[in-house]
Amino acid sequence: MKPPPFSYHDPATLQQAVELLGQLDNAKPLAGGQSLMPMLNMRFVLPDHVVDLNGIAELSGISASADTLDIGAMTRQRDIEFSETVAWACPILSEALTYVGHRQTRNRGTIGGSLCHLDPAAELPTIACVLDARIEVIGPNGLRTIPFAEFPAGYMMPSIEPDELVTRVSFPLWPREAGHSFVEFARRHGDFAIVSAAAMLVVDAMGVITRAAVALGGVTAVPLRMPEVEQALVGHKATDETFRAAAELCRAIEAVGDVYVPAAYRQHLAVVMARRALEQAFARIGGASAKTH
Amino acid sequence: MDTASQTRTISLSVNGKSFSKTVPVRLTLADFLRHELRLTGTHVGCEHGVCGACTILFDGQSARACLMLAVQANGHEITTVEGLADGDAMHPLQKALSEHHGLQCGFCTPGMLTTLVELLNDNPAPSAEDVRIAISGNLCRCTGYEGIVAATLDAAAQMRAAGGRS
Ligand code: FES
Ligand code: FES
Repeated sequence: MKPPPFSYHDPATLQQAVELLGQLDNAKPLAGGQSLMPMLNMRFVLPDHVVDLNGIAELSGISASADTLDIGAMTRQRDIEFSETVAWACPILSEALTYVGHRQTRNRGTIGGSLCHLDPAAELPTIACVLDARIEVIGPNGLRTIPFAEFPAGYMMPSIEPDELVTRVSFPLWPREAGHSFVEFARRHGDFAIVSAAAMLVVDAMGVITRAAVALGGVTAVPLRMPEVEQALVGHKATDETFRAAAELCRAIEAVGDVYVPAAYRQHLAVVMARRALEQAFARIGGASAKTH
Repeated sequence: MDTASQTRTISLSVNGKSFSKTVPVRLTLADFLRHELRLTGTHVGCEHGVCGACTILFDGQSARACLMLAVQANGHEITTVEGLADGDAMHPLQKALSEHHGLQCGFCTPGMLTTLVELLNDNPAPSAEDVRIAISGNLCRCTGYEGIVAATLDAAAQMRAAGGRS
């Protein structure tokens, strides 16, 4: 058998799951299994207990209020991709989902699982980063909320305790007239991005940028928010020159390199993808369609 | 680790037939189908979610059987490649694959079929691009994919003409 031996628990309620994680030593919560199962099969992780969250109905669901989109941690990526609520309230999330893995992995994969796995090249953490998502977590001491800026503790390491679980992800909504864009560069559709960029823009009637958010995925060990790019945008006219100059600031990022992609190439792509995201976000201001494919 | 929680009895439906079996909790669904039920049509290539050969339909939705535990299928309905034909009549997609050189060695084929059956259920009139995106998580080392795309478009057209079939 591929996975190592473990004991299996399948709590039916969140309460039971929290109790189990509080009691058991070396336990791993199992969400959609699209990252943990490969790690078990390759025996990169050797838990004594697996706590399967798939039977906990209260952890799934999508709801939107005037200013927030709330998504339960165990909501499947494919349900988010096809949610009309999400498409209406937060189209950048729908757009990014079309890049997440493949149809078979989105059918099982969850938003909470992806955020906790925290692969720097994954799409959902980059979106959580650009939108300042709030991550609600439950543990033996009750609930707490972590702003995304404080969520990554390091490379693929969320700042949650082993006995805590993500319950919900809340996305503060931007005004309807905001422009949005998520773009990525990958070798094949469905691969992790080499570099991805997410941008949100609000422009006033005079064509001046009044609000901007830019985040990059894949460039550094954790998703990267770019405040210096945002500062170079706000208060300036939304022109190609403004976008080019702002995106150019990404060249200063100390990108990571690996055997496939040298750091210098990631740095180059960061500039290009940031500019493309900004141009597309601007072109969509006023509610043009999100779907690119 | 208490050994009591290391096996479990599960009941599930596979290709419309009910089964009840006691299995080790760490057994993957792919190995359960192949070793316990002897349904060896579901192939395992990578066993870590990369190749798509193990794709099955889980309550009608495509999923990688190597990334699920057999115990997670308790109470659910599984369709494997063995369940696609209607008796002796092959699914239109199976026929089309054989007519369009959509397979050579056949290793990827069960995963291609289950994935594409789901696509055609969701979208009876896909474009070639839709088909390519749908099978982006299925590796084929033989065909170059072109025959698979052509077969899917052909099968889709035939199924539309026949008034749809799921
Ligand atoms: S064997 Fe499951 S994806 Fe390769
Ligand atoms: S037919 Fe041989 S791998 Fe696809």
